[in-house]
Amino acid sequence: MKRKFLTTPYMLWMLIFTIIPLILVFYFSFFESGPDGIKFTTEYIERVFEPIYLKVIFRSFALAVISTIFCLVLGYPMAMILASRELKRRDFLIVLFVVPMWMNFLARTYAWMTLLENNGIINQILMALSLPTISILYTDKAVILGMVYNFLPFMVLPIYSVLSKIDRSIIEAAEDLGANPLRTFFKVIFPLSLPGVLSGIIMVFMPAVTTFVISRLLGGGQYMLIGNLIEQQFLTTGDWGFGSSLSLILMLILLLTMGIMSKTDKDREGGRFF
Amino acid sequence: MKKRVVRSLVIGALLVGLLGIVGCGGSGKEKLYVYNWGDYIDESVIKEFEKEYDVDVIYELFATNEEMYLKIKAGTAKYDVAIPSDYMITKMLNEDLLHKIDLNNIPNYAGIDDRFKNLSFDPNNEFSVPYMWGTVGIIYNKTMVQEPVDSWDILWDDKYAKQILMLDSQRDSIAVALKKLGYSLNSRSEKELEEAKELLIKQKPLAYVGDEVKDKMIGNEAALAVVWSGDAVYMKRENPDLEYVIPKEGSNIWYDSMVIPKTSQNKELAEKFIDFMCREDIAYKNADYIGYSTPHREVMEMLPQELVSDPAYYPAEGDLANSEVFIDLTDVLSIYDRIWTEVKSQ
Repeated sequence: MKRKFLTTPYMLWMLIFTIIPLILVFYFSFFESGPDGIKFTTEYIERVFEPIYLKVIFRSFALAVISTIFCLVLGYPMAMILASRELKRRDFLIVLFVVPMWMNFLARTYAWMTLLENNGIINQILMALSLPTISILYTDKAVILGMVYNFLPFMVLPIYSVLSKIDRSIIEAAEDLGANPLRTFFKVIFPLSLPGVLSGIIMVFMPAVTTFVISRLLGGGQYMLIGNLIEQQFLTTGDWGFGSSLSLILMLILLLTMGIMSKTDKDREGGRFF
Repeated sequence: MKKRVVRSLVIGALLVGLLGIVGCGGSGKEKLYVYNWGDYIDESVIKEFEKEYDVDVIYELFATNEEMYLKIKAGTAKYDVAIPSDYMITKMLNEDLLHKIDLNNIPNYAGIDDRFKNLSFDPNNEFSVPYMWGTVGIIYNKTMVQEPVDSWDILWDDKYAKQILMLDSQRDSIAVALKKLGYSLNSRSEKELEEAKELLIKQKPLAYVGDEVKDKMIGNEAALAVVWSGDAVYMKRENPDLEYVIPKEGSNIWYDSMVIPKTSQNKELAEKFIDFMCREDIAYKNADYIGYSTPHREVMEMLPQELVSDPAYYPAEGDLANSEVFIDLTDVLSIYDRIWTEVKSQ
C-alpha cells in the first residue's frame, strides 16, 4: 500500500500522454460537431476503406515487411557475432554500433540524401573508381534502405541480449549428443533466441510501418505511406476526423498483428516449429 | 482514497510549477512571440530589436501556412506576430483569429508602395502589413536545358522525365497543372480538378520536395524545378547557371503579411515590432538577405538595380495579367486532398 503512491507520477504520465490522447483519437474518429451539436458518424471510418487509401495502407505494410526481413537477415548474424565468446573488445564494438543512434534520426536520414544523390559522395567514389554509378534516391529502394539503416540496431540489440544469455551448457550438450553446428543452430540456438527475434521484429516493424520522414526525404514524396497520409490530414487539410480514423485503424491492425505474433510464439515454445 | 487524491493534486501542482519555471527562463524582460516561415528573416534583425526595445523575442518557425493556422487556432501558443500568406489571412479573418492593427502605431507603413495596399484579402488595410511578395515559377539549369523555357509545358516534356523537382505542396502543385490547362488556380470545379490530377499523374518528376530544392538545384541534381521567386534569387546567387522564369500561362502571385493573432497578449509590443520590420534599414536587411521581393518603395531603390529591374523578380502589374492570388478554398479542400493523395500514391 505504501509503495502505491510512488506509481502516481507514472499513472499521471500515462493518463496525460496515452489515455487522454487515445480517447481524443477515438472521439475525433466517431463524432463531429456541426451547427446542430455533436453527432455520431461512421463516415470517416468508411472513408479509410476506399481503394485509394487501402492502397496506401497496403504499401506501408509491404515496405515495412520487406525492411523487417532485411533487418532480420542482416541483424541476426550481426547479433551472433557480437554474442560469440571468442569476440575480443565486444563492448567497444557494441558502443560503435550504438554511437550513430546518439545522433538525431532526422539528421542521419538527411545525410543519406546527400550520399545517394546523382552527384553525391557514393557516386563520386564510384566514378573515381570508374565503376557504374547508382541512382536510387527517390525510389522505393532508397526508402527501404533508409528504414533498414535506421532500424537495424533495434533488431540486433534484443537478439544479442537473448543470445548472450543462453546457457553455454545447453549448446555443449547438443554438441555432445552429436548435433552438427547447423543442427545445433536450428534445434537449439534459434528457438531459444525467438523471444529476442520477436521483440526485434516488433521494434523494427512498428516504426517502419508508421514512418513518414523516411518516405518523404528519401522517397521524394512519391511513396505516400500511411504516416504521410495521417500527417497530411492533420497538418495540411485539417481533417482531424479522417486523420484520427486512419490512426485508429492503423493501431487496430498493429494490435491484431502483434496479437497473432505473440500467439504463435506461445505455440512455438520448445521449438517444434522446426 | 481522499489522501490519494490530495497527493495527486500536490504532484500535479508541482509539475505545473516546474513547467512554469522552465517556461519563464528567469529574466523579467517583456516577451514578444514571433512566428515566421523558416529561413525568412535576417536573424540579426531580431537581436537588434531586442537591444533597441530591451525585450526578449521568442522566435519560432513554421513550414506551411496550414501548420501555422492549426497552432494559432488551437490557441495554446501565445504568438504576438505571425506572417501568413494571402488566402490564409482570409481564412483567419473568417474565423475571427486576428486583431485589428492600428496603423497610427506603424508610422513606417508609409514606406509601403501603394500597389501593396488594399489587397483583396484585406481591402481596408485593417489587419495586415505586407512583409514580402513574390511568384511561383520555373527555375532551370542553362547547361541542361537548351531550349527557351517560357511555359509550364516543359515540365511534361519527356526529355526531362525524372529531372524535374516539384513542390511537395498540394495547392501549389495542383495550381501548376490547372494553369497549364488554362484554368484558374482557384478552381472549385471537380471536372477541372480531375483533369489536373490526370496531368500530374502523367508527369514524371524526380521528386516532390520542400526546402531541399535549393540544395538540389545548386548542386546540379535536377534540370528544372518549380520554386518561389525569392528562393530563385538565392539559388542563382550560388549557381550562376540557373535562370528563373514566370511561365506565360500565368502563375501564382502571393503576399506574405504580418498579422497580430488573437493569441497575442502584448499587442502594443507586436505593433512596435511590425513597425520596426517596416523601417527602411531593417526591411533592406531582410530583403537583401532572403532574396524575396520587398513591398517597400525606398528599399527597392537601395537594392541592386539589375535585381529590381528584372521582371522575373520584380514583375510589374502588367506582367502578371494572367497570374492569380490564392483564394481560401476551405470548403473544397477535401477534393484537393483526395487528388493529391492519388497523385502521390501512384
